Amino acid sequence: MSDTQNTVLSIRNLTIDLPEGGDRPHAVENLNLDVKRNEIVCIVGESGSGKSITSFTTMGLLPRVLKPSQGEVLFEGTDVLKLSDRQHSKLRGNRMAMIFQEPMSALNPCYTVGDQIEEVFATHSSMSKSERRARTIKLLDEVHLPEPERIYHSFPHQLSGGQRQRIVIAIALAMDPALLIADEPTTALDVTTQSQILSLFKQLKETHSAGIMFVTHDFDVVAEIADRVVVMQKGLVVEQGTADEVLNRPKHPYTRQLIDAVPRRTREAPPSIEGNEVVMKVVALEKTFHTARTLFAPARTVKAVQDVNLEIRKGETLGIVGESGSGKSTLVRCLIRLTDIDDGAVWIGGKEFSRIPRGQLHDWRKKIQIIFQDPYGSLNPRRTIGDQLVEGPVNFGVPRKVAMQKARELLRIVRMEQDALHRYPNQFSGGQRQRICIARALMVEPEILIADESVSALDVSVQKEVLNLLAEIKEEMGLTMLFITHDLRVAAQVSDNIVVMNKGQIVERGNSDQVFSNPQNEYTKKLLAAMPGQGWEVPDIAALERAGA
Amino acid sequence: MSTTDTSASEGKTVTQKKEITPRQALMKRALKNRNLMVSGGILLLIVLIAIFAPLLAPHDPYKQNLLARMVRPAFMGGDSTHLLGTDALGRDMLSRLLYGARVSLGVGLLATLMSGIIGTTMGLLAGYFGGRIDQVVQFLINVRLALPAILVALACVSLFGGSITVVTVTLGLLLWDRFAVVIRAATMQLRNMEYVSAAEVLGARMPRILRKDILPNVTSQLVVIASLEMASAIMLEAGLSFLGLGVQPPTPSWGLMISEGKEMLLFESWLITIPGLCLFVLVFAINVFGDGIRDISSPEGRN
Amino acid sequence: MVRFILTKLVMAAMVALTVSIISFGLVYMAGDPAIALAGETATDEEIAVIREQYGFDRPIPVQYLDWLGNAVRGDFGISYYYNMPVSDMIFSRLGTTVTLGLCAISFALLISLPMGVLSAIKPNSLLDRVAVFIAVVGEAIPSFWFGLLLIVLFSINLGWLPASGSDSWQSFIMPTIVLGYYATPALMRLTRAGMIDVLSSDYIRTAKAKGLRPRKVLFKHALRNAVIPVVSLAAVQMGFMLGGSIVTETVFALHGAGFLAWQSISRNDLSTMQALILIFSMFYIVFTFLADVLNAWLDPRLRSG
Repeated sequence: MSDTQNTVLSIRNLTIDLPEGGDRPHAVENLNLDVKRNEIVCIVGESGSGKSITSFTTMGLLPRVLKPSQGEVLFEGTDVLKLSDRQHSKLRGNRMAMIFQEPMSALNPCYTVGDQIEEVFATHSSMSKSERRARTIKLLDEVHLPEPERIYHSFPHQLSGGQRQRIVIAIALAMDPALLIADEPTTALDVTTQSQILSLFKQLKETHSAGIMFVTHDFDVVAEIADRVVVMQKGLVVEQGTADEVLNRPKHPYTRQLIDAVPRRTREAPPSIEGNEVVMKVVALEKTFHTARTLFAPARTVKAVQDVNLEIRKGETLGIVGESGSGKSTLVRCLIRLTDIDDGAVWIGGKEFSRIPRGQLHDWRKKIQIIFQDPYGSLNPRRTIGDQLVEGPVNFGVPRKVAMQKARELLRIVRMEQDALHRYPNQFSGGQRQRICIARALMVEPEILIADESVSALDVSVQKEVLNLLAEIKEEMGLTMLFITHDLRVAAQVSDNIVVMNKGQIVERGNSDQVFSNPQNEYTKKLLAAMPGQGWEVPDIAALERAGA
Repeated sequence: MSTTDTSASEGKTVTQKKEITPRQALMKRALKNRNLMVSGGILLLIVLIAIFAPLLAPHDPYKQNLLARMVRPAFMGGDSTHLLGTDALGRDMLSRLLYGARVSLGVGLLATLMSGIIGTTMGLLAGYFGGRIDQVVQFLINVRLALPAILVALACVSLFGGSITVVTVTLGLLLWDRFAVVIRAATMQLRNMEYVSAAEVLGARMPRILRKDILPNVTSQLVVIASLEMASAIMLEAGLSFLGLGVQPPTPSWGLMISEGKEMLLFESWLITIPGLCLFVLVFAINVFGDGIRDISSPEGRN
Repeated sequence: MVRFILTKLVMAAMVALTVSIISFGLVYMAGDPAIALAGETATDEEIAVIREQYGFDRPIPVQYLDWLGNAVRGDFGISYYYNMPVSDMIFSRLGTTVTLGLCAISFALLISLPMGVLSAIKPNSLLDRVAVFIAVVGEAIPSFWFGLLLIVLFSINLGWLPASGSDSWQSFIMPTIVLGYYATPALMRLTRAGMIDVLSSDYIRTAKAKGLRPRKVLFKHALRNAVIPVVSLAAVQMGFMLGGSIVTETVFALHGAGFLAWQSISRNDLSTMQALILIFSMFYIVFTFLADVLNAWLDPRLRSG
């Protein structure tokens, strides 16, 4: 009896149709799930699994083209699918509330955050103005925002992403809802901010006695906060159970595949690179950005990179780890000379790369190549894959025919079909595009390959494939790699040595094991402590499969 | 794509999706867009009329016949020698209209070409290099926008004398602002695309990057602005000619014909209605065509 | 806020200065203005007299500074054609043009804002299609022709409105419609596009998730954001309209500054032409500056930017 009373949300046989012409008939099919009071239910799945659609349906915020065709969504006993929009809007922000993925755009730029929070009280209660204000200040305090009075009068653009997400949470908490839906609320945030927000959620579960439905793609986040887990694939629930069951003894092959793809914190002992020659050396590199002085604003300077020293040996993989704004992207742009440095030097194979005049730079470009982050932005939509692959060699004077031959060879290496040469980028998935980008970088036979957040935009399973491919290619071709990432787990998995950057400086360096097991710097410690899912040891899927079979 | 049931039995042999290049996809969408096809058809027709005007015109458009002044069009009770009647000097309206298409299209095309080259160059440079160059270009755009186009065009025509060449060059020098604004913004966005950085790292030099990576990705925007500017160039030519400071008589320009018909407004309003309609249809077709191009090319960016 | 305004002000001043050079220089681009004034049949002596009389014999920079200095004080010299002070002629007629401009922009906004918003809320509805039709026709209809058609219909056939003149308020009705309709399509399209964009934004979703009523979401959260670019465009259109008044005033023989511009250009009255180009440009610069200030007030990001 008490169990049904405790159930806040109960979704029964929910099916939502996709408009015709999609890649499948239903966005969500025959979905069943429950959320109880004081419980965090995580819905996990890769992009396109239908996990967000489920939360939007509950909130009544589904785009018009999507229609629930069957089933019910029982919220505290009422089927919200049967409510009029007016009735539903009385629940929204009041009894049920939602937190979104993108905090940077979730608040109206034109109004102060105080105003945007108070609006909830004005809509759902009859509080007086002073009462509303007092409650708002209290809320700001509850979500651990410093100086609530100042924040109250701030506009969204004056706050950081983490602070804005707290505002969105405050809005959601305002009326003390029975159900809190969070749609990837930490995906756009840095690790340290993510960890704070996650612990806030754990706290809320207790203090507000709400049921929390938490949508995510990250199993470490699941391990950090979930009580129960629902795994979705292509609109279907493939597995659900307690966190312990799903995380440690996954039954469904898809769940196993996802968990197996979670980056391991450890790797086998790498072959020694100690005695190898140094292929790249960075000495006291400095880069400062200036905003031009205008008549009424003094020039401002931002020290993006300060006194960075690095040595990379042949065959080494160096991980450069940092949060957004740490200067790692600027460092990369300096290393490949997309940006000129202010001071210091970059030596590649005994040549001072950073001092080569622009006119002669051309011949040296091929020594160092890069794979970018966004698989959709790094290929020109208007050129065939073949045309883009031969771009480098042709620029460096190789006849087109010869280059095409090489392009075929490289496509084979990155495991793509030959006919890709005549196709256009829009015919490939994100993972395939990233493999094409790898092939493109390798076309000019570089000595050093930089991977700049190259897997962070990919789903975990695809991410794993691309990482494996990179590792293989590196081994085969004897490449030296710089691996830039914000994700400590990925860095740990692929790197021999790691440097940690913060505010434009290197704050910690050492081999991967040292950095992870025995960090010296305060910032590194903080970063490591912030990693979600620390208590969870990824189970050995192969062993599970053997046992199961 | 889902390739289920039917093909399952045959295995993987023929199930592969048919290959479509972006250009073919664009063509396919174009053929399905009714507005685009109809407006394109009208434009083609007007272009053909302009080219073959000497063959099509029943009379000499300059030949006056004071005995047959202001003959009404055939459908208003006139006779069939002058299907659309004659003007105050007894010149055949239909012939003048056919020749007038040459003026409108000629001025429109050339002025747009000229302003397109100026504006696109400025936009590309500003967007690609940013910094000082961008500031200068933005300043020039602001100055250009501050100058009242019609007034300056009128002043130029009155100072240099009214002729098709002066009108075309003046409009070409005045209408580049939208090209510059849009291409600048688009280039700036593309400049930050990772494929541009990749091309740079792969040793491509600036002109090659502009040609291979930037220009092909702004073509649809270029076509859309070109259609808008061509429409406004045609309108401005007609406006200038109407005010008596554009194409000079006796050249048959639609704007000028309206101006000439204005004198007879009280009695014979068809004298202005017919050339006005021609102008309207031409500009309307150009605008709809531009809209159509925008509609069929925008989904591409999303993919 | 203050810094933002000051920066815009300096920019405006620089543009204004450049425009003044252009409007002054225009006269010299075609050759010797003295010859232009004297006419082609004039003798050398006559030209020399004119050259001295109007000060064309001085170095051009001196002439420019002299002209600019006077212009700032509201003195644009003597009209070559009418032989009376240019500023008197212009200022006595400017009122008509400004009245027409304000009426026309109000007319345009009254149509384009509600229609743009409503058609954005329900794309592809009947209203949306009507709005698109109005826009497409408005973009294609030559305003002088439209004006003439109105005259044929309302003045000649129906006899409801005066075909020309500027004596009564009725005289302004048709010019307002013609000039206002000219600005409507762009404003309506921008309102519609901006509104559609804003309505699909994340913060609108947040507002809905708060349980706000649709009306409140629309008026408080969406409209303010959508209207910001429209403000800028309205200022630009207002500037264009003053330029466009030359056609409209000529069609309706409305005795404003636009009509004066046409007369002075037809008659080669260089000093009046210069002055009018400068004044119309200044209007544009002032309008866009005011729009910037208004936008800074609407959008806090601009204030601190």
